[in-house]
Parts: sequence; structure tokens; C-alpha cells
Amino acid sequence: MSVSTAPAPATSPETHHEDTGLWSWITTVDHKRIGIMYFVTSLFFLGVGGIEALIIRLQLFSPENQLISAQVYNQLFTMHGTTMIFLVAMPQAVAFFNYIVPLQIGARDVAFPRLNALSYWIYLFGAIYLNVSWFVGAAPNTSWVGYANLTSTQFSPGLNVDFWVLGLSILGVSSIMGGVNFITTIINLRAPGMKLMRMPLFTWMTFVTSFLLVTALPVIAVALILLAFDRFFATNFFVASAGGDPVLWQHLFWIFGHPEVYILVLPAFGVISDVIPAFSRKPLFGYPVVVYAGVLIGFIGWGVWSHHMFTSGLGPIADSFFVASTMIIAIPTGVKIFNWMATMWGGAIRFTTAMMFAVGLVALFTVGGLSGIMHSSAPVDLQQHDSYFVVAHFHYVIVGGILLGMFSGVYYWFPKVTGRLLDEKLGKLHFWSTIIGFNLTFFPMHFSGMYGMPRRTWTYRAELNVEIYNQLSTVGAFFLGASTLLLLWNIWKSLKSGEKAGHNPWGAPTLEWSIPSPPHHYNFPALPEVRSREPLWNDDERAAIEAVTLHEPATEPEMPNPSFWPIVVAFGITITWALVMTGIWWVPLLGLAFTALGVYAWAFEDPFKKKAAH
Amino acid sequence: MSTQAEHGHGDHGSHASVKFYWMIGGILAALTALEVAAYYMELGAIEVPLLLILSAAKFVLVVGFFMHLKFDSRVFTGVFVAGLVLAVFMVSALILLYHWVPGFTSVAAGSA
Amino acid sequence: MAEAAAVAHDDHHYTSTGLNSWKVGFWTFIGSECLFFGTLLSTYMVYKGAALQGPYPGDVFDIPLTTISTFVLLMSSLAMVLALDGVQRGNKRLALFWLGVVIVFGSIFLGFQYYEFTHFVHEGLTLQQSVFGSTFFVLTGFHGAHVTVGVIWMISLFVMGLRDKLPPEKALSVEIAGLYWHFVDIVWIVIFVLVYLIP
Ligand SMILES: [Cu+2]
Repeated sequence: MSVSTAPAPATSPETHHEDTGLWSWITTVDHKRIGIMYFVTSLFFLGVGGIEALIIRLQLFSPENQLISAQVYNQLFTMHGTTMIFLVAMPQAVAFFNYIVPLQIGARDVAFPRLNALSYWIYLFGAIYLNVSWFVGAAPNTSWVGYANLTSTQFSPGLNVDFWVLGLSILGVSSIMGGVNFITTIINLRAPGMKLMRMPLFTWMTFVTSFLLVTALPVIAVALILLAFDRFFATNFFVASAGGDPVLWQHLFWIFGHPEVYILVLPAFGVISDVIPAFSRKPLFGYPVVVYAGVLIGFIGWGVWSHHMFTSGLGPIADSFFVASTMIIAIPTGVKIFNWMATMWGGAIRFTTAMMFAVGLVALFTVGGLSGIMHSSAPVDLQQHDSYFVVAHFHYVIVGGILLGMFSGVYYWFPKVTGRLLDEKLGKLHFWSTIIGFNLTFFPMHFSGMYGMPRRTWTYRAELNVEIYNQLSTVGAFFLGASTLLLLWNIWKSLKSGEKAGHNPWGAPTLEWSIPSPPHHYNFPALPEVRSREPLWNDDERAAIEAVTLHEPATEPEMPNPSFWPIVVAFGITITWALVMTGIWWVPLLGLAFTALGVYAWAFEDPFKKKAAH
Repeated sequence: MSTQAEHGHGDHGSHASVKFYWMIGGILAALTALEVAAYYMELGAIEVPLLLILSAAKFVLVVGFFMHLKFDSRVFTGVFVAGLVLAVFMVSALILLYHWVPGFTSVAAGSA
Repeated sequence: MAEAAAVAHDDHHYTSTGLNSWKVGFWTFIGSECLFFGTLLSTYMVYKGAALQGPYPGDVFDIPLTTISTFVLLMSSLAMVLALDGVQRGNKRLALFWLGVVIVFGSIFLGFQYYEFTHFVHEGLTLQQSVFGSTFFVLTGFHGAHVTVGVIWMISLFVMGLRDKLPPEKALSVEIAGLYWHFVDIVWIVIFVLVYLIP
């Protein structure tokens, strides 16, 4: 029917003014708005987690400091880790998935727009629930890995661990649904001609990450359920005196935990795999190799988990296996590093802020990777385990890798999202202050660790001779914190009076740069046809695509309706979990009944407007 | 245009008739009977492998024919098997670690 | 040319693979569920033989009884494909009959499970008694919860069918419910062997 109506002359051009009120945000199912909400929320929690880190650093500034109590210190480092991983790094990546992936593959939205909204609201409510613990004076205090049997009711009788167990379970639901959504979107909503091996690397890494989400999150979900049963219904899963094994918690946690590391880092790899070619004016060197390396990392990532457990006494056979697999997984990662460098080799490089952050990632992640290879060896790890050396290692990986990758993405895609460029001068200041602050904070930790300073410990004695390193770290941390304010200032300034960006300010090759900045709510007036990996770098292909994507249609494409039900269901799910805290088995069922009503209302709601045409 | 695609998956019934479903159901019932028989006969060393093979056969029959994976797009197989393979790997690895690998000293293995 | 090609695909039913998104998404979800049950099963297997006090599996398991309930669940899967077949052919009576069978068989399975649980508790095997009790009840309990959700889903479809809201064009929603039901069945196939039959 629609072929014949292509010119669509009779219908009046719907000058559709998008709603911008609060209600329109609450009920939105637009992937771009959801992406923005993810971004803003995760930025807020970056501030929260950052302040927690700064208080930790103040406490460690001098030996035997009494600034905060050991109890508060335990809560701070636990919430710092939990917040940065589950409320900042993951959602920040999801923010980019949301905004960028549909644009890169030529889709109008994700496959399940309402489910997408549900994922966001669950994340928000779960994050709030987790942080409510501060206000009742019982923030989680058993570290982000929550090892049994410290988390048992015997050793942690308060509400602290309850908040942690239930809060993380809520967030897990959000991540699994997000994973399903993005897998389906990438499989099913690619524009004509966008074959898998033509997809931009960021989309590819989103694809791999989504598989890790849907496979790794159920494992931690079950581990948390078992722990919750131990706590609320007195079961024996991790109770040694009843035949349970606390080490099983470590297995389950790290079977999830190691893939989780790749869940965090692969999106950042994806960002810079798009940024580096764009600013080197050269296609990514060895595209298929980078793709396969990413898939391989995701897969091997399942067979290395016990390298976190060398000190738990698995015996020489198991240890040897996990040493070998861990060393092997360094290979595909190293391959990627060389691919990025080879892409820059001989390219017409433009050192924009986005590019500088991307290159910074390559350098700093390599440092973190090298210290990682050191403790992939079990005997070496026995020396470094739970010391500040490990803290230095994973901050080089997580801050040096993920945060820099995300900053790179912010500078790269900000013009697409807002239609305005970020200030490059401020950007470069932000970059250099981040690099200086970062290295000042974390490089000395290698030394304090080597001198024997244990992590997760409230204070240290002067005789350990690590005061100077701690003072450097503390100064660096404040420097790093201040540098992040530069980004906020830059965003604020650009939103008000930034230089207008055209639809493709960087001359980048991928599809998201073929549509206006900011995009229309329907993204693509009609679906473009893709014929290569860098469609906008081939003149005739670009012309054909832009004729479609920049064309203002007489009638706007039909988009899904806003829906109220995602936020209702998200509230129901959060309440159900929260009510488990009562410890009375039937009380959560009330929340479940509420959720079920929301699900029914949702199922029978027509996602598209009932226009008479049908 | 889009109607063409809709016609595409209209011809579902052709490869699997009602009779065929009943046959699969019969085989499943028979396999279950065999499983229980194997359990009662106490076959020693081959009992566990035999039971695993029988249940794997049932698994494959349900997934392949009742869930149509055999006739459906490979995409469905792909997203399903990705999870299944990792699950099988994880269960096997943990059983191996706890019940087979020597030198693993934990409460559970100690009493096993 | 490109313009025409673009317009031809301009439809919110367009997908790059030609496959329905709900089905792709649901199979992905089933892949994810494999790990959910895989982890529960791992826990059971790891703790096999680790209970410090009875009742032990051999004391409480009633294989003939569980065989019957296993058989009932297996046959409900057969009923499910026949129900889907009925919907696809537009045969309302057939579809409703087999959906009804699925609901009844699913409920019988749940009834057996209820009986089994109360019986075990009577024998002294509670959730708290031992790691066997904890792992057994949580694993089979979560499976039972999945069956319960399935039964509610089937009842909803049954009611829709009664109101003539399950025409052949809606077969997909029955197919997806079927995928869920069969998945719950295959999980039980694995549980039956690993938990009940292998000593
Ligand atoms: Cu690891």
C-alpha cells in the first residue's frame, strides 16, 4: 500500500512541535531522550561517587587520621565502588548505546521503545533506593564484591547489606532488559545494506557488550538471590557450619565479575574505534580483526574468573589453568591497541579533544593492562592481592580506559546531540588536567601497594612509609575532581552559546553524521541505503544518503506513542524488591501484584497511534 | 511490499503437521520411560552418561521441533545457543572444580 | 533509485532480517534464562553430597510420583504446539481446547510440586535444614514460579481466545507464549535427570 502513496501530496504537513514538558520526559519512549536521561543521571552519580572518593582520600592523607570513623570508611569505599560501576560506568555506556546505536545503524528507535524506558526508570529507582541507605545511616559496607560470609546476618546484622543485595538485584533487571533490547535492535533494525560487517565499531562493541549483559547479569542475580535467601530466610548457601561454602560466592561473583569488566570497557573501545579513524581520516586498520578481537574478548572473558581468587586456595591445577587463560586474553586486547596505532599511522591526524582523549585511553589503558598481566601470574598475585597495587591497576583500566573513552565520546557526539560544538580550548584544558590529575592520583598507588599498604583499610601506620604517596594521591584526586568541573562548565557554556555544528562537523564517515544535528525525533525521514563501511566518505554514496536523510518530509513518519506504564512498572518492581526488607514473605507479593497490573495495562496498550488510516 | 515478507512466514504448517507433533510427543514419553528404567536398573558406570544422553535428546527434540528451531531462522539459534553454551560451560566448570580437580580444598569438596 | 528503495522500506514493520523483533528478543531472553537456571543448577550440583544432616535426597525423593508430574509437563508441551497449530489454522475450538489442556496440565504439575514440598517439609526437609534443602527448594521453587507465570499467561490467552481475540494474525503472541512454556519444560527435563535420577 505505501509504495503508491510515496509523494503523499494531499496530507497537510504536520508541523509537529515536540512536547518538552516534564510529563513528556516521564512518558517518553524516544531513545534519544532516554539516552540523555541516562547520561545526566550517570553524571550526577559520577559526582556522588567522586565525592565519596574525595572523602576517602582525605582520610588517607596522613597516617592514623581520625577524620572519619572506620565504620563510615567501610560504607564510603563500598558505595564508591558500587556507585562507580553500577550507577556510573554501566549507565554511561548505556546512554551512548541509546543515543548513538540507532543513529549509526539507520533506525528510528530501538526495537522495544517502552522496554527501553522501563530499563531507565528501574535504573533510576534502583539507584535512589541504594542511596537512601545513606539517609538511614546504613549504607552498604562490605565492599563492592560483598564476599561471604562477611555479608551473613551473623557478621552484618544491620540493613547495610540488605540495601546492597536488593539494590543490585533491581539494577540487574534493568541491565538484562537493556541487553535484550540492544541485541534485537542491532540484529533487526539495521537500514538496508547495513550488513553486520559494515556496522560501525561502536555498534559492534554494543552488540558484544549486550550479549555479556544478558549472560553475565543472571549469574550475579542468582548469587544475590541466594544471599538474600541466606539473610531473609535463614538458608545455608554460604554458611560453612551447615555445609555451605563461602568460596562459592566468590566463584559466582567473579563468573559475573570478569565479563563485567568487559561490559565496562568494550563500549569505550567502541567509542575510540570510531573516533580514531574519524580524526585520522583513514578507515580503521584491520576492521574485521578488531571486530573478532572484541568478540573473542567477550568469549574468553568467561574462562578467566578465578584469577581474582588465587589467594582462596583453589590448588595448583585450577590456578595454572586460570593463569594461562588470563595471559591468553591479553592477546586480543593487545591486538586492538596495535590496530588503533596502525590506524593513526600515516593518517591526516587532527588532534581535537575527542581524539586526544582517545589517544590518552590507548596510553593509559596499556599501563593498566601491563600491571594486569603482572598479576595474571598466581605467585606474583599472591604478593599484590588486596594491596594498593591492585587499586592502581584497576583504576588505570577503569578510569584510564572507560572514563577517558566516555569523555572522548562526549566531545565527539555532543554536537550531534545538541547541535553545538563544545569549546575546544576548554576541552584541551580538561584533557590535560584530567591526565595530570589522574596520574598524580593513581601512579603513586603502585608504590604504596608495593610497600604493603592494604586496600579497604581505614588508615595506616607512619612506619609503613607510604605517607608521601598517599599525599600525592590525595592532591591528585582533588585535581582530577576539579578537572571534571571543567567539563560541566564546558557543557553549560556550549548549551548557551556554543558554536553551531553542522550535521557533520568532523567529516566523520558513519551514518549518524548524515542527519541534522540535533536529529528529528524520527531520526530518518526514510531509511537510507548503505553500500560500504564508511558511507559518508564515498562521495556518490554520501550524496545518495544525504538526499534521503536531510530531506524534510511532508508527513512525518509514524512514531510510537509516549507511555506512562514503564515508570509504573519500574516503580512496582523497585517496591517489590524493597518490600523484601520487611522479611515477611507475603509483603513483597503486594508489590508484585501492583507490578502485574502495570504489565497487563502495558500489554494491552497500542504502542502506535490509532490513526484512522489503518 | 511488506506484504511479501508477511507471506514469507505464512507457510508455517507445511513442515510440521499435527501427526508429526504427536510423534515427537510419543518419542519424548518413550525417552522419559527409558530414563526411569535406566534409573531403576542401576547400570553402574554407564548410568550417568546414558541419562545425560537421554535427557539431551529430549532437550534437542523439544527445542528443535516444538520450538521450531530446526526450521526457523539461524538467528534464533544464534542468540539462544550463545546463552546455552555459556551456561553449559559454567555448570561443567563448577562441577569440575568442586568434584574432580584435586587440590581444591573447600568445605563442600571435603565432605563429598 | 535510492530514494525509491528507501521509501519502499519505510514502514514500522520493516526489519533487516525479515524476522519479528519480539521473537528475536524473546529467544535472546531465553538464552539469558539459560544462565539464570544454569547458576541455580550449578549451586545444586556443587553442593551435591554436602549436606551435613538428613533427610538426604535418597530419603525423600519419590521417583514414581515425580515421573508422573514430569510426564504431565512434557505432554503439556505437546498440547502447546497443538494449540498454536489451532490458532494458526483459525480453528478456535481446537485452539481453546489445547490451551485448556496446557492450563490443566500445568496446574497438575504445580499441584504435584505443592504436594512434594509439603511432604518433604513433613519429613523434616525444610529450606533451612541443610544445603540440600536450600538448593533443592530454591532451584525447583524458581522453576515452579516460572510455571506459575506460564499458567497465568496461558489463562490470559485462553480468555482472549474466548473473546475471539486470537485470530491467525495473532498467532505470534501464542507462539511466543509457547516458546516460554517449552523453555520451562526443557529446564525441567534437565532438573529431572540431574536432581532426581542421577544419584
Ligand atoms: Cu578478571
